[in-house]
Amino acid sequence: MRARLAGFSLERPGTLDEALGMLAASKERLTLLAGGTDLYVYLNAGVARPGRWLDLWGLDELRGIHEVGDHVVLGALTTYTELRASELIRGALPLLAQAAATVGAVAIQNRGTLGGNIANGSPAGDSLPPLLAYDAEIGLRSARGRRFVPFDRFYTGYRASVAAPDELIEQIRIPLGAGSSSRACRFVKVGTRAAQAISKVVAAFVLGRAGDGTVDHCRAAFGSVAPTPVRLRRLEQHVIGKRIDPALIRTSSDVLLSEIAPIDDIRSTARYRRFVARTAWQRFMEEVPGL
Amino acid sequence: MSEEGELTTIRCTIDGSPHEHRCHPLTSALDFLRYVAGLTATKEGCKEGECGACAITLDGVVVNSCVVPAAHLQGRRVGTVLGLSRPDELSALQKAFLECGGAQCGICTPGMLVTGARLLEEGERLTEARIREHMAGNLCRCTGYGKIVESLLRASEEER
Repeated sequence: MRARLAGFSLERPGTLDEALGMLAASKERLTLLAGGTDLYVYLNAGVARPGRWLDLWGLDELRGIHEVGDHVVLGALTTYTELRASELIRGALPLLAQAAATVGAVAIQNRGTLGGNIANGSPAGDSLPPLLAYDAEIGLRSARGRRFVPFDRFYTGYRASVAAPDELIEQIRIPLGAGSSSRACRFVKVGTRAAQAISKVVAAFVLGRAGDGTVDHCRAAFGSVAPTPVRLRRLEQHVIGKRIDPALIRTSSDVLLSEIAPIDDIRSTARYRRFVARTAWQRFMEEVPGL
Repeated sequence: MSEEGELTTIRCTIDGSPHEHRCHPLTSALDFLRYVAGLTATKEGCKEGECGACAITLDGVVVNSCVVPAAHLQGRRVGTVLGLSRPDELSALQKAFLECGGAQCGICTPGMLVTGARLLEEGERLTEARIREHMAGNLCRCTGYGKIVESLLRASEEER
């Protein structure tokens, strides 16, 4: 069956400036197309929003992974394949490379983009917990200018964000030290199978300790346990300044469970998600090197 | 505006031959191949990027054609299963699929061959683990994968 395309049109700007001009001039909200791995699922199923689509795929200004000052800057069109292949990402931000390797399989990784994963806003997006755990900022661009939004303030609700109708995601900026090798880190994805599975629970943890063994840095980010990807700030605060021991693992797990709100859906149940989220955190804490 | 909306002209090569067709730019590359260009060797499976039956290469990169707009074929080299063999001779991978029983009902086979051929092109010595990782996005409901992995291993040995 062919998708019905009456009512859809596609704009193909040649430059970023041209794209920003089209966004600024449009009275309706344009649908932004990158690699198409999410939008075509909706289009083929007949549930995509008709109207004008804006094709970003050809905009080279939105590509590339660079070290700029003390940040890693990723163009919004960076694909999962590029994340996996990048020496810089594998070395400085390994959770992002690990997450990229679990998205779909080769054909999807060749087309799916980091900016698309963010813009699509699924709470199950695999690259999103690592971005939260690494204190990423989203660079939004419009004809009016550029602004950076901390990723943990980007979403305002289920698939809703602070991005204005005339803005697009230009880049993702991450502090170089966020994935410092002196910190313990882990990416966890639990799905039905290794490839092509949408996560039942996905998580990214980063933990640093001071010379006396107390925790001085903690990021715990989850997907598929709330309407948006979430950083568990109360959990993070709970472990700061403390030594990791069985009591802390127990009490922090209780904080974790009080801070997530998973649901039953086609992929899993709230009960299973709570169990898996807690277990992922406990195992990480038990296995922090040097304990 | 036709019933299908605004049409555009897509020019690309398919398996080395130049093609020029008019279609809606958001037509999927899969529908473009099957219904516009009339090349039905590429199969439709899930239409949501999950099964790999419709895999093609775009400038040598494996993609699921059901989730790629025809607009992205503009000026590109498209590779389908039809481009893997010469008119009177199958490729080493196709022969291995025949010899090892890597194909049964045939729906996943074009995608398996396109995805597998891309791996063979990388020229490394293949291991079962590497094959299973690379082929993980291609689903088969007949063979149980063992014979497909065996086919790739055999083709890899043949080519060395």
